Amino acid sequence: MSESLVEINAVSKIYKRGAERLTVLDKLSLSVPRGDFVALMGPSGSGKTTLLNLIGGIDRPDGGSIVVSDRRIDKLSDRALAHWRSRHVGFVFQMFNLLPVLTAERNVELPLLLTGMNGRQRRERARTALSLVGLQDRFTHKPAQLSGGQEQRVGIARAIVTDPEILLCDEPTGDLDRQSGDEVLDLLVALNESQGKTIIMVTHDPVAAERAKRIVHLDKGRLSSVSEAAA
Amino acid sequence: MSVVYALLGLLAVIALITLLIGIPVFVIWLILKSFGARGEVINASLFRKKTRTFLTVGSIMLAFLMFGLLSALGKAFTAGVDLAGQDRLLTRHKVTWIQLLPVSYLNRIATVDGVADVTHQTWFGGYYKEPRNFVAVIPSDIESTFRIYPELEIPPEQYEALIADRTGFAAGYAVAEKYGWQVGDRVPIRSEIYRRADGGDTWEMTLQAIYRPRDDLGDPTSVFFHNDFFNETLPEGAQDQVGWYIVKVEDPDNAAAVAEAIDELFANSPVETKTETEKAFAAGFANQVGNVGKIVTAVIAAVFFTMLLVTANTMGQSVRERTNELAVLKTLGFTNTGVTWFVLAEALLIAVVGGLAGIGLAYLSIIVLGDQLRQYLPVFFLPGRDVLIGIALMFGFGLVASALPATQALRLQVADALRRA
Ligand SMILES: Nc1ncnc2c1ncn2[C@@H]1O[C@H](COP(=O)(O)OP(=O)(O)O)[C@@H](O)[C@H]1O
Ligand SMILES: [Mg+2]
Repeated sequence: MSESLVEINAVSKIYKRGAERLTVLDKLSLSVPRGDFVALMGPSGSGKTTLLNLIGGIDRPDGGSIVVSDRRIDKLSDRALAHWRSRHVGFVFQMFNLLPVLTAERNVELPLLLTGMNGRQRRERARTALSLVGLQDRFTHKPAQLSGGQEQRVGIARAIVTDPEILLCDEPTGDLDRQSGDEVLDLLVALNESQGKTIIMVTHDPVAAERAKRIVHLDKGRLSSVSEAAA
Repeated sequence: MSVVYALLGLLAVIALITLLIGIPVFVIWLILKSFGARGEVINASLFRKKTRTFLTVGSIMLAFLMFGLLSALGKAFTAGVDLAGQDRLLTRHKVTWIQLLPVSYLNRIATVDGVADVTHQTWFGGYYKEPRNFVAVIPSDIESTFRIYPELEIPPEQYEALIADRTGFAAGYAVAEKYGWQVGDRVPIRSEIYRRADGGDTWEMTLQAIYRPRDDLGDPTSVFFHNDFFNETLPEGAQDQVGWYIVKVEDPDNAAAVAEAIDELFANSPVETKTETEKAFAAGFANQVGNVGKIVTAVIAAVFFTMLLVTANTMGQSVRERTNELAVLKTLGFTNTGVTWFVLAEALLIAVVGGLAGIGLAYLSIIVLGDQLRQYLPVFFLPGRDVLIGIALMFGFGLVASALPATQALRLQVADALRRA
C-alpha cells in the first residue's frame, strides 16, 4: 500500500464546443497522502469542481491517470466505478443535495442500500452517523425543517455513513453563514483528526482554507502553488 | 333545500371517486412499502406531490375503465356476427323477413343437395305479463333447432322432458333468471302479434328446460316452444306458416351454391325466397346498431389514447423534475441501471396498479350493467382476451411513459447534472 491515497498524474480535461477547445485541466499532477486535509482554492471557473469530480469518479479525464487507494479509477467501467464510489468516497456538496422528501435518517441511509445490511442495521448505522455530526435529536426531520448548517451536517453524515477513506467536499460552507460554516469546518477537522479521514475540500474562502492542513491553488487548469496552512 | 341536497349529492360523488382512486393509490403505497428502503425512496418521491400522483392514477384508472367497457361493447356489437355459424344459411321471404313462408318448404329444402339439416323459426312478438317485459319467443321445431344450434346446451333429462311435453318450452338462463322461472313452472306467455283461434292472446306453457350458451357465446334470452302446439291453436287461415328457415350446409365452402339452389327451387312460385348466410344476415342487422357502436368506439378510443398521452407526459415531467436527485443517487454509488430501475419501477407500478383497478371497475360495472342491458345486448361481458390485451397495454404504457425519462436517467452524466442544479 502506497503512502499517497490520491495519485493524479498528468491529468487533462478538455471540453469541446464545436471547433472550440476549452482546456480546464492541463496535465495536472497532484498527490494527496493518507490522512491529509487539502483545501483546493482558485478563482471561479479554474477547474476545482472538475478536479474533485475526477477524483471522486463521477467524471472522466481526457488524459493522464488517476489512482485512488491503489485503484486506477479512470480505467474502470461505469458500473465498476459506481460500486467503487459506494465504498471509497463520500461527497459533500455546496447545496447539500439531500432528497427533500426523505427524513434525515432516510437520507443518510441511502448509501447503505447498496450494502448487504438489513433495515435495522442500516437504521442503526444512519443514526450513529447523525449522532456523530451532532444531530441525534433530528432523525425524523425533513430537510426543509432543518437549518442550512444542519442540512450540511446531514450531508456529511450521509458522506461518512459507509465509512469511506476519502471525503470530497465542494464548497461545503459556500451556502452557510459564518457560524454554521465554522461548525461544519469544526466537524471536518474532527473527522480528519480523530477518524483519520482524508479530506479534499474546494473553497474560495481563505478563512475556511486556513482550517486545512495544506492549501493547493489552481489557476487556469494548473496548480499554481502549494502552501502549508498556518494552523 | 334542493340546493343542499344537490351539494350533498356532489359531495357524495366526490367522496366516492376519491375512495375509488384512493384504493389503488393505497395499494401502490403498500407494495412499495413492502419493498423496504428502496420502495420507500420511490414512495417518497411519488407522494411528494400527492395530488399529482392521485390524479395520475385516477386518469390511468379511468382510461382502463373505458378500455374495459369498450371491449365489452365491441364484443356486444359484433357478437351476433361472430356467433353466426359459417355453415348456417337463413332462408326468408324474398321481399321482407316479416312476410311468412309455407311450412311445407321444410321438406323441400331438405332435399336440396348439400343441405345437412333444416329447421324453422317464427317471430311471435312475445311478452310476459306486460308488453314492456319483452321476450324473444320463437315457435320452432325443437329437435332440429337444438341440432342446428349445438352451442345452446340443455341438460339431457330436461331435453327429454321438453320433447315429451307438447306444451313445454325452453328458456335461456338469463330470461329465466330475470323472471324467476323455475323448471316445472306454468308460465303464461302472451303475443303482441298472434291471436288464438279462441280469441285469446295467451299461451300457457310449462318451463321444461333451461338452456345455456356454451362459453356464454350466444343469446341467453330466447324462449323456444313447439311449433306443432302453436300451429294447432291458431285460426285456420293463419296455420302452417313459418317466419324463416335455418339451413345447415354440409360444406361451408359450398354455402353460396346451396343458397342459390334453394332460392331457385321456389323461383316463380307465389312465395319466392331469399337465402343468405346467417353471418351476412347478422352483419346486416349488426350494421344498424354497429354504426352507432363504431362511433362510440372511436370516440372512446381517442379519449383513451389522449388520456394516456397526457398522463405519460405528466409522469415524464415528474421524473425530469428529479434529475438532480437521480444524479445524487448516482454519486452515492447507484449504478446507471439501478437508477433507471427506480424510474421504470415507479412508472410501471402506477400504470399496472392503476390500470388493473380500472379494468376491475369495468368488470364490476359490466356485471351490474349487464343484467340491466341483457335485453338489448344479450352478449355483454369482458372478454378474457381483452383483459390480457389490457394488461399488455398497461405494461406497454408504463414502459413508453418512462422510456424517455428512463433513458435520460441511464445516460445522465452526474457531473453535468449536478452543475446544472
Ligand atoms: N460540461 C461542460 N461543458 C463545457 N464546459 C464546461 C463543462 N463543465 C464545466 N465547464 C467549464 O469548465 C470550467 C471549469 O469549471 P469548474 O470545474 O466548475 O470550475 P470551478 O469549480 O473552479 O468554478 C468552467 O469554465 C466551466 O465553464
Ligand atoms: Mg465549482
